[in-house]
Amino acid sequence: MNSLLEFLSLSDPNVRMVVWGTTLLGASAGLVGVFTLLRKRALLGDAVAHSILPGVCLAFLVGHSKAPYVLLLGALVAGWLSLLSIDFLVRRTKLKADSVIGLVLSVFFGLGIWLLTSIQQSGVASQSGLDKFLFGKAASITSQDVSMFGWVVLAVVVILLLFYKGFKVLAFDEDYARAIGMPVRLLEFLLSTITVLSIAVGIQAVGVVLMASLLIAPAAAARFWTDRLSVMLLLAVGMGILAAWAGAFISFTAPSMPTGPWIVLALAALTVFSMLWAPRRGVLGRWLRQWRYARKIALENVKCIEDLVPTGRLDLKRRICRHRRKIRLFK
Amino acid sequence: MPTSAIEVHNLTVSYNQRPVLWDVDFTLPEGKLIAIVGPNGSGKTTLLKSIMGLVPLSGGFARLFDQPLADVRSQVSYVPQRESVDWDFPARVKDVVLMGRYRPQNLLRRLTRLDREVADWALEQVRMKEFAQRQISQLSGGQQQRVFIARSLAQQANLYLMDEPFAGVDAASEKAILELLLQLKDRGKTLLIVHHDLNTVRQYFDWVVLMNTRLVAAGPVEEVFTEANLQAAYGGQLTVLAQVADRVQEGGFPVRKKEVKI
Repeated sequence: MNSLLEFLSLSDPNVRMVVWGTTLLGASAGLVGVFTLLRKRALLGDAVAHSILPGVCLAFLVGHSKAPYVLLLGALVAGWLSLLSIDFLVRRTKLKADSVIGLVLSVFFGLGIWLLTSIQQSGVASQSGLDKFLFGKAASITSQDVSMFGWVVLAVVVILLLFYKGFKVLAFDEDYARAIGMPVRLLEFLLSTITVLSIAVGIQAVGVVLMASLLIAPAAAARFWTDRLSVMLLLAVGMGILAAWAGAFISFTAPSMPTGPWIVLALAALTVFSMLWAPRRGVLGRWLRQWRYARKIALENVKCIEDLVPTGRLDLKRRICRHRRKIRLFK
Repeated sequence: MPTSAIEVHNLTVSYNQRPVLWDVDFTLPEGKLIAIVGPNGSGKTTLLKSIMGLVPLSGGFARLFDQPLADVRSQVSYVPQRESVDWDFPARVKDVVLMGRYRPQNLLRRLTRLDREVADWALEQVRMKEFAQRQISQLSGGQQQRVFIARSLAQQANLYLMDEPFAGVDAASEKAILELLLQLKDRGKTLLIVHHDLNTVRQYFDWVVLMNTRLVAAGPVEEVFTEANLQAAYGGQLTVLAQVADRVQEGGFPVRKKEVKI
């Protein structure tokens, strides 16, 4: 209890950075994840996350610096390149989208691992810490990082608010969006940009491998609770932030526990919880409703049979009573 | 005052070198209810999409009201096939109909009270007002189609291009949709509709575009919807043809009445 209070007071500057950093990451990933999910591009997010690694390494090699903005630029370029190459290959070859995504993901990631390894073996002193992009290292988030995350979240929120209607109609019915003259190319460009941005900052906390879940899980969990896009966006942000705090708290109480993976685990727990318990779309809710119907029908059938039994046949009446009690027990 | 609603010239569309539309050429007048009829895979949907600029053209062009699409976009409404979207999208009926009020010009602005009133009116037209708050995945096929048509009505266009609005809808919805189309026609609107049921073509439509990759014929139903043309469009597909032949052989269709009995 004391540790919870100490954590919530955010008096420790390190804790403060981790909490604010992951909160911002969770929020932006939750927001763009909703559109990734609704446009059925979940795998694409995974591909972009993996493809960012070579961009980060190249930015380091070219810029000789680990400044967050330099690396972010590299990440942005590489993420965009991967999206473009996926788009190009799907359009120009007979390969299906899932094969193309798998291909691009592994080629870019392979390239990234090769670059990372050669940088680490080159003996450049400043390289240490680049590997945090691989598995994420929330504990190393600095105030400089946090201010950059803040700008990213601001950009995501402003773009989403400005173009909300456009993104909505694009996600629901792309042909219609084109037919009414919406600037579909611009909208797709903006949506991809904020997605790549969110992924690029997110991998610093959870790493390349777990990034897809930070993107998809909040949206998937939120979808169970609502049928409205605006509410879904807010819920996804809430889930992202909640998981971020949970992850940060767990690694605060048990310092050997890594923050990023715990954020992902918390998200998984939230998703499973939503899947089971959401009132209308949840598994249990549906089950319960079906059960009630089945029971109602069964009781009604028993009543019908009872009405057919002649008044003298007490033995039959007793059996029917027993049967009815059995059905009632299922309540 | 232009007299042609749609003018299509040498329109050719191909996917991977295989032509889907080949040298299609026709002019359609304003104020008519027009069917596009042809066998499966004959390019009916592609024809609508190419008029709306949704597929790249290999050749030719389409003009609406004697102007390129970009200049008259606000007067044109497109209703895609119902199956082309995921109805499990988090939206209510009202939200989808309001999309009919989206314009490139108001992309960055909020919808106005007028927009909402028009959307309400459109929902009323398709008799779905009490469903306004309903999640769209909880609608029947016919109701989903009516929501799409309400969205189209909310655009308040002069030309409507609809892809299979009667496909897989219940009898009540079919009747409601037909009534709406006739009302729109009476208000001078032009409607171009992809239709699959040969039996109702004469009953519902004024004009017909018969096609099978190439254009077979386009013109008033009485002149164009003939056995010879249907043979040309459906050649070889005997089961359909037999039905059609029966229809044609009944001969001497009654003179079409102005009001279609439903």
